[in-house]
Amino acid sequence: MSASEPLIRLKGITKTYGIGQAAFQALKGIDLAIESGEFVAIMGHSGSGKSTTMNILGCLDTPTGGSYEFQGVHVERLSRNQRALLRRYFLGFVFQGFNLLARTTALENVELPLIYRGDPAAERHAAARAALEHVGLQGWEHHTPAELSGGQQQRVAIARAMVSRPKVLLADEPTGNLDTRTSEEIMDLIGTFNREHGITVLMVTHEPEMAQYASRVINFVDGRVEKDQRNRGEI
Amino acid sequence: MLWNTLLLALRAIRRNLMRSFLTTLGIVIGVAAVITMVTLGNGATQSVSDRISSMGSNLLMLVPGQRFGPGSEGAAKFKTADVEAIRGQIGAAKHVAPVINASATAVYQAENWSTSISGSNDDYFEAGGWELASGRVFTESEQRSGRAVCVLGETVREKLFGRQNPVGADVRIKQFSCEVIGLLKSKGQSAMGTDQDDTIVMPLRTVQRRLAGSQDVGRLMISVHDGASIDAVKEQLTLLMRERRNIGESEDDDFQVMDTRQIAETLTGTTKILTMLLGAVAAVSLLVGGIGIMNIMLVSVTERTREIGIRLSIGALEREVLLQFLIEAVVLSSLGGFVGIVLATAASIFLAALMGIPYLFDPGINLLAFLFSAAIGVIFGYFPARRAASLNPIDALRHE
Ligand SMILES: Nc1ncnc2c1ncn2[C@@H]1O[C@H](COP(=O)(O)OP(=O)(O)OP(=O)(O)O)[C@@H](O)[C@H]1O
Ligand SMILES: [Mg+2]
Repeated sequence: MSASEPLIRLKGITKTYGIGQAAFQALKGIDLAIESGEFVAIMGHSGSGKSTTMNILGCLDTPTGGSYEFQGVHVERLSRNQRALLRRYFLGFVFQGFNLLARTTALENVELPLIYRGDPAAERHAAARAALEHVGLQGWEHHTPAELSGGQQQRVAIARAMVSRPKVLLADEPTGNLDTRTSEEIMDLIGTFNREHGITVLMVTHEPEMAQYASRVINFVDGRVEKDQRNRGEI
Repeated sequence: MLWNTLLLALRAIRRNLMRSFLTTLGIVIGVAAVITMVTLGNGATQSVSDRISSMGSNLLMLVPGQRFGPGSEGAAKFKTADVEAIRGQIGAAKHVAPVINASATAVYQAENWSTSISGSNDDYFEAGGWELASGRVFTESEQRSGRAVCVLGETVREKLFGRQNPVGADVRIKQFSCEVIGLLKSKGQSAMGTDQDDTIVMPLRTVQRRLAGSQDVGRLMISVHDGASIDAVKEQLTLLMRERRNIGESEDDDFQVMDTRQIAETLTGTTKILTMLLGAVAAVSLLVGGIGIMNIMLVSVTERTREIGIRLSIGALEREVLLQFLIEAVVLSSLGGFVGIVLATAASIFLAALMGIPYLFDPGINLLAFLFSAAIGVIFGYFPARRAASLNPIDALRHE
């Protein structure tokens, strides 16, 4: 752990939805530091602000107040385009609902981030195939999401998130729609990326079994961090 | 960036084949309809003015009222005496033919044929450019006494007599029997597309007395000697007729003197209005096509908004997403516009041949229809995307 600069630092992050009478403060000041290479599980009851935090971390949403530093860069000062580039080169997402392009083959879904990055076609194909193989989907390249099981769709989503070799993988309840066995497979996969490729993982989950995979568990209560502890028995 | 975005746009088109097809179809139909209608209308106008200018430029037409065609009924008709007055006072008038029209059924043996009958004098044939195929025109005494004699057009001959020569036969018209004294050479279709040979010509008095039951003359055809100034003759005619019809200084003419150019303008004016009407109807279909496209786009806006959310979340720039949607819209609507133009050209050439009118390529309307269709595609394809792409990625992803 570097004593100087963490990978991610949140200071007093707040998020208020709505305005006036209807205003609702979903985050009431989040302070967090996440080091490169960590595997963090975020837990907490429903509505405690886990997803809101993840979306802010992923630059999918902007906080109402506070500061967010990514590798020392103040994200809240970046432009829309700069935040898009941050997502493109440093962040990968996995959502509970997969969020794959419908009627688009697994290969083309996985290729997508590389197209935006401007990789040449041959490299792009090779990288996408390799990513699909890595998540155990060789032979399924030309299937569309409708032809894949939930677990397979989530694998495609993981391949898409990992194909551009991001620094951070953000996963919001990646196993929320999957049965236990499939969930474990997905968690193994994410764990592998964390251990073997040094990718920092931030994952929201409701299930303590899934949190077992993490090296650190953060508990949210009502828009605040309540508990932040290291898992003793790391897997 | 352009190349990659093009790839993304083409993939999106392929991915939503049905939607793409329907979008394109809406544009194809609209564009094809507008272009075909306007092209055919232009052809019809052209053919009318062609035929009229072939009538020659030394012909004048005197009609009652201020408008040619329907609506002129109110004004007083002309009198037989007007003919003599014009002959006597306007030296440049070569032929003066009074014309009255009626329609009746002509019967010969077992055949009958309903046709239009013109009552006039011998000048009618010269002024109207008719030649005789056989027989003769009216004699002076036949005209004066209003004898029941007639000259047949080719179509009437064919319907009643087949290939026989009708001259000398008797044709029954209403309650009287009429001797055929002549047969006209065929002239074919008129400027308005009617069959000019479907006619019977009789002396003016005969028609007035036996068919019209009045002494009126519907119109006057006047041909002018070569070399005489048409405008001068028009002027003289106007003065003369104002005097004869007792029109006061401050009053407007209740008749009109038209030369062939004006006749052409009046007639082509009608087809031009028709063209505009057809064009307007077709434009509605283009609009309906546009609304169809709008509908397709709006139905898919949720899916597409989420798609935009996905693209933004994996790092697409707003402008890349917009460019993709713009390319998609332009590709589809230009494809539709192009197919529409090809279809319209084929249909126009075919229909023009069928209707016997010239095919005139009108670059203006092709361009206009194409641009309009492209605009529709772009407006309905691009602007919803612009809204979605300006959202926070998470809001686009959660759109429902
Ligand atoms: N777009 C929004 N507009 C208004 N309120 C919102 C919006 N998104 C979230 N909220 C509110 O903010 C609070 C935190 O929501 P968030 O989605 O972060 O919870 P969560 O911890 O992820 O819950 P869950 O475990 O159910 O996913 C909730 O009370 C929610 O109602
Ligand atoms: Mg949540």
